[in-house]
Amino acid sequence: MLLTAFAIFTDGLVYAAYLFVVAIGLTLIFGVMKILNVAHGSFYAFGAYGAAIAVGLYFNQGWPAAGGFLLMLLVAMVIGLVLGLIIERGLLRLVYGKDEIVVVLVTYAAFLILEDVIILLWGTNSYALYQPLVIGGNVEVSSLILSGYDIGLVVFAAALALLVTWALKRTRYGRLLTVVIFDRETAAAFGINVTVVYTVTFVLGAMLGALGGAVMAPKISVTLGIGVEVIVLAFAVVAIGGMGSIEGALVGALIVGLCRAAAVHLVPQLELFVIYVVMALVLVVRPYGLFTRAQPRKI
Amino acid sequence: MTTSTILSVRDLEKTFGSLVAARDITVSVPAEQTVGVIGANGAGKTTFINMITGHLKPSRGSIWFEDREITGMPSREITRLGISRSFQVAQIFPSLTVFENLCAAAAIARGSKGLLGQLTTPIRLPAAVAEANAALELFQIDHFRDTLASTLPQGVRKLLDIGMAVVGWPRLLLLDEPTSGISIEEKIDLMNVVMSALKSRKITVLFVEHDMEIVARFADRVLAFYDGTVIADGTPQETLGNPQVQELISGSRLAPGAVGSTAHA
Amino acid sequence: MWTRTNVLGLLAFVALEIAAPALPAWLVSLATIAFANALVVLGLVILWRAGLVPFGQALFYATGAYAVALLGRYTGIRDVFLLLAIAAVASGCVAFLVGFLLARYREIFFAMLSLALSMILYGVLVKTETLGSTDGFHVEAATFFGHTPQEGGRELAMFWLVVAISALAAFLVSLYFRTVAGALAVPVRDNEIRIEFLGLSVDRLIHFKLVLAGTLAGVGGALAAFSVGHVDPNMSYWTTSGGFVFVTILAGAGSVAAAFVASFLFELIRSIAVDILPGTWQIFLGSVLLLTILFLPEGLGSLATRFKRRGQAKAP
Repeated sequence: MLLTAFAIFTDGLVYAAYLFVVAIGLTLIFGVMKILNVAHGSFYAFGAYGAAIAVGLYFNQGWPAAGGFLLMLLVAMVIGLVLGLIIERGLLRLVYGKDEIVVVLVTYAAFLILEDVIILLWGTNSYALYQPLVIGGNVEVSSLILSGYDIGLVVFAAALALLVTWALKRTRYGRLLTVVIFDRETAAAFGINVTVVYTVTFVLGAMLGALGGAVMAPKISVTLGIGVEVIVLAFAVVAIGGMGSIEGALVGALIVGLCRAAAVHLVPQLELFVIYVVMALVLVVRPYGLFTRAQPRKI
Repeated sequence: MTTSTILSVRDLEKTFGSLVAARDITVSVPAEQTVGVIGANGAGKTTFINMITGHLKPSRGSIWFEDREITGMPSREITRLGISRSFQVAQIFPSLTVFENLCAAAAIARGSKGLLGQLTTPIRLPAAVAEANAALELFQIDHFRDTLASTLPQGVRKLLDIGMAVVGWPRLLLLDEPTSGISIEEKIDLMNVVMSALKSRKITVLFVEHDMEIVARFADRVLAFYDGTVIADGTPQETLGNPQVQELISGSRLAPGAVGSTAHA
Repeated sequence: MWTRTNVLGLLAFVALEIAAPALPAWLVSLATIAFANALVVLGLVILWRAGLVPFGQALFYATGAYAVALLGRYTGIRDVFLLLAIAAVASGCVAFLVGFLLARYREIFFAMLSLALSMILYGVLVKTETLGSTDGFHVEAATFFGHTPQEGGRELAMFWLVVAISALAAFLVSLYFRTVAGALAVPVRDNEIRIEFLGLSVDRLIHFKLVLAGTLAGVGGALAAFSVGHVDPNMSYWTTSGGFVFVTILAGAGSVAAAFVASFLFELIRSIAVDILPGTWQIFLGSVLLLTILFLPEGLGSLATRFKRRGQAKAP
């Protein structure tokens, strides 16, 4: 009984950790640019593939473990940078100012295209990156075996949360972003170069999305369709937490993670959709998510 | 209450928590009167109007429309009873033409209530089309008939806004700053068109205005709001000449046309 | 009622019905699926005109599909018309219930909540054995007025049915657009506040549009189920909803006919693309979507409108 509760807790935390890393980029992009980026699923997928292949190669050479993890981060950042720039400068720039829904559809089109690009680049095989799991080892807590990598993931997510919160509150650029999230028009009126802010934000979001994929690569079978699955989960997390809110992404991830873990252990039939039920329930009570202010209607 | 009283409010009060937005308002408006409502922003004018149209529930007091109590009624029902309003910022449908705007408003007003009514009333109901055409003439905006509402000059937007409120033949019309955003030269012309249109349909009017010249010229009666309550109620001469009103709201005035005044005669 | 467009449309549908036996089998199959899906798109057009794009119409599509499949499997009901009617009622009811919640939302949140609801159904379908789980299950052949059409006749019968229902749906929806409830689409998108101040409840207007769209999607799903002969949870997945939205963009919000034309073109293009670009057809389709959004934002329907009226305002 207690063991089950503990298992739910740890599973939930791990799941929440990875959801947070994926969702934080999505919520950032929405908060600053008011864009619901469906292509975020592609960032995740590319990150996972990139990590699985590059880091896999690295470990195959027998090089030191620490470098491998560093490479994971690096691969994610490069992929995020390249993809983010291509999409933002090449595509989104053309539709700024248009209807929110139109922009979402543009990112959806980009997502479709990128799904096939994955096939072009890496075929339909699945890739596995097992070395980080092996290196992480296992930790035994009473009769539960926890993966060292999972623990690392939770720590990493927590550190990322702290880093992003600090960056938004304490660095000059972070405060700039916060202002733009709050009120874009006023920010522009104060001379903030919103175009540059958009590009930087999107690239940062893309990097974070790719990072989500990279850190998850060891835990999943990297294959077609992972982007498709993850993007709806990320949407749920962000919708629950509030679009544009970092605390929201954290809380949303925790809620989703714990609910799913509870379902898996207690009522497996609910596993796939409990998240969306929670999302629907939250939206009923707080239409804009848990952590956003309601938008007053302007007459 | 005589049968010619169209609107009567008694001891009306509205508080938001500890903030008293309106208090002790008792006013009786006879049919077809044109009432100007003046007062600084935050003085309670908008709260007053919103309570009449049903968008705010009074905390205390009652509102009567044509012998019928409407206090706390939902705004949609109040609209159906014959009270309409226009807006400070014209609320129109920018993607439609002027005619389509008016026709839509008329069809909504003429169609029966409820979903079944809306499903069985054509949007181009002949009666609605006729109403729309009548409104185009009444407000002298025929030549804008097929113009997209988003491209209209401000004055015409305001006229369209008021027109849309009028196609349903309301008996009481509340105008929220009808001349706001209009240049000084055009204000009087606009009000002339509006007032003659409303008078021809025997509509009782309450209009909120900041321009004292407009109020003096077009109102039969003026209500002055200050700090949530009515501090003066009388003819334009009386209210605008009231020293308290002058001190708190309108500032010291010269009579129109007097030496040194900048008012239009 | 008998406008030029309506008459032309009717003639087109009749021509299709008559020509059917002479058309190649693959075209008939393709058109059947295309028109079944077009019904979903028609529902989306109704909502898009009011400024709403639900990302979860697959919920109703799957409801209709599973309704006929389940009835076929667990009951003796085989009559195609009865089954379709039940599917319509089922999806209509779901839309009615869901609408109480959904009609209060707008824009992105409307889209997301709609998505969430469709994913809930997906989860339920996948995890429930009696509902076929991930494999789904086979749809029993339906009977038309008591007959079970034989092999070749089945496709033709299905085609005739789908075209007939499409014609009916197109007609009813055009009627709807001419009523106050249906015409209040662009005005809802433009200025809800005004409509409220004119005495109407916008939420209720939208609720009805949702029920209409849901019912159409349910009928489309049922027809697709008959046509393909199989149902599976994927019919409720978000990518299915995405596909419908895709075609809606192609079609544009302006006309009823465009929904059918666009749906047909989409199926055609997709078949050809999968054939000649097996590894990259999604790139191709995604590019088509992009190009449409960028260069033809009003969809294919707007091309027709451009020829008809020049420089005038859009009709409500």
